[in-house]
Formats: sequence, structure tokens, C-alpha cells
Amino acid sequence: MWFAVLAGAAGCYALKYVGSVIPAHVLEQPTVKKIVLLLPISLLSALVAVQTFASSQSLVVDARVPALAAATVALKFKSPFILVVLIAAVTAAALRYFGLAV
Amino acid sequence: MNTVPTEWNAARRQIVSNAASIGVAVAMYGVSFGALGTTTGLTIPQTMALSLLMFTGASQFTLVSTLASGGTALTAVIASWLMGTRNAAYSMRMTPILKTSGPGKLVAVQLTIDESTAMGLAQDEEAFEGRASRLAFWATGLSVYLLWNLATFIGAVSVSAIGDPKSFGLDAAIAAGLFALVWPQIKSRTDLSVAFGGALIALALAPIVPPGVPVLAAAMVAVIVGWVTSRRIS
Repeated sequence: MWFAVLAGAAGCYALKYVGSVIPAHVLEQPTVKKIVLLLPISLLSALVAVQTFASSQSLVVDARVPALAAATVALKFKSPFILVVLIAAVTAAALRYFGLAV
Repeated sequence: MNTVPTEWNAARRQIVSNAASIGVAVAMYGVSFGALGTTTGLTIPQTMALSLLMFTGASQFTLVSTLASGGTALTAVIASWLMGTRNAAYSMRMTPILKTSGPGKLVAVQLTIDESTAMGLAQDEEAFEGRASRLAFWATGLSVYLLWNLATFIGAVSVSAIGDPKSFGLDAAIAAGLFALVWPQIKSRTDLSVAFGGALIALALAPIVPPGVPVLAAAMVAVIVGWVTSRRIS
């Protein structure tokens, strides 16, 4: 297990480091600039989708979906980050507690 | 450096308080990571080593859950790397803003994760000569690092008391947290289509490819849309 822990950690640090040493002029090309700007948006959105609908390797609709809908309403009203997170957690926890969703 | 001090003080307070909130929110998830780590067969030192050294939540969860679902150590390592690839993009994005060098840079690199990058980019890059972006990155990175590791430890040692993290809605909390991070970055129709495209590709691939790959594949949306739109402008 130590192999997995240490090799995983070393690789993840290396990936973070590699990004920081890519020469600055590469970033100044309009195409690269645009792609780098859009990358976190596509990756974070994909993470949101996977965190909301995926359960190991299948897609499910469970308590996380109404929880995310509640979080969306909170975001529309410009709620602070912690409130958005709490609203989602409470929604999912309540639906599960009352047996309305899994 | 004569910026208006009152304005900067107000902005600074706001940034530091947001960074603390993010740390607290992430800590809720850190507790569940610590618990998951020790319930799936890692020792407390191994679970802690992941939070201290790997320090990128999605990769940590990917590694642990791959091991738990019967994946080999090598599969788990590769999945965690795939999941960590996006940090290279974050690092590339943050480096010109942070302008660090030497040991400071090595620390900044380790703190480059979803939350610190999103907070750094959520600020106006020109505001207070870039100080707002830099403070947001550092404050969020350090707050998350401290609370994530503290929470991992608490979760790992008190695993039996936690029960099922799902009954506390922690899985929904992390989805909402990530959503709240990407929300302020979506400023145009192009951004919105990239967000939807990335989400749809990830969902389409999730049932057929190993964990970690769907999110990586979503990067293609940014590459294609970025390439097409910048060509159209020039």
C-alpha cells in the first residue's frame, strides 16, 4: 500500500510542477491562452456532473440531484459558499433520513 | 504601491473570510476521506500521507476507492495521476499570476488545487495590482491544506463514530462545493457551453471507462472550443 500512496503522491506533485515550468511565451499564444482559461471550467463541470450522478461506474439519480438543485437556487441568490454547501448537505441528508431518496 | 488602503482592507477581509469558509467546507469532506481511507484498509499514517503529500482531494478519493473496489495498486496510482492532470493546467494558469520563485514556488505548486485556483481566478486579475488574486490563492490554499489534514486525521482516528458519510449528505456537499467554485468562472456563452459540454462528456463516459478518465476526457471540450474560438477572433 505504501507503494500506491507514495507513487501516487509523487506523480501528483510532478503534474502540479510541470504546469508551472511551461514557458511563459507558450501561454501568450491566443489559442493556448483561451484553452488554459477554459480548462478549469470543463474539468470542474465534469467533476460536478460525476459527483452528482455517478455511483462507481453507473449513473444514478439519487438524493444528490435535488441537493444540487437546491444549491443552484442558493447560488442564484448569491449565497456565500458555506451556505451553498450546507444547503446541499442538509437537503440530501433530510431526503435520506425521511426515506424519500437514496 | 499607494492603493486606496480602506478598499484593499475591505477586499482583503472578504477574501480571507471566503478562504476560511472554503477550508471549513472542505474539512467536512476531509473527515469522510480520513474515514474512507482507514475503512478501506489503509493505515492512519498512509491515509495522512495522502492528505499531506498528494493533497488533491479528487486524486486521493480516486486512489482509495480504486483500491477499495479491488483495483491493483498500479491501477489506483494511474487513476490518481489521471485525476491529478488538471492540476498541471491549474498550475500553468496560476504561475504568471503568482510570480513566485525558489522555495515559495515549491510550496505554491503543492497548494495548486481546485479550490485555490478557482478562488484565485474568481478575483479580478488586475485588482490591487494582482494582490487580490495572489491573496485569494494563498489564503485558500493554506486554509484548505491545514483544515483538510486536520479533518483527515479526525476522520481516520474516529472512523467508527462517523457512520455513513452519505447520511450526512457529504457526497452532495462536495458536488455543491465544486459547483459553487465553477459558477463565478462562467462569464460568457462560450464558458457556459464548455461547462455543459464537459459535464455531458464525463457523464457519457462514466459507465464505460475507469474512474478518473471521464473528467480527463472533458478537457477535450476546452481544447476544441478554445482552439475554434481563438481562430475565429484572429
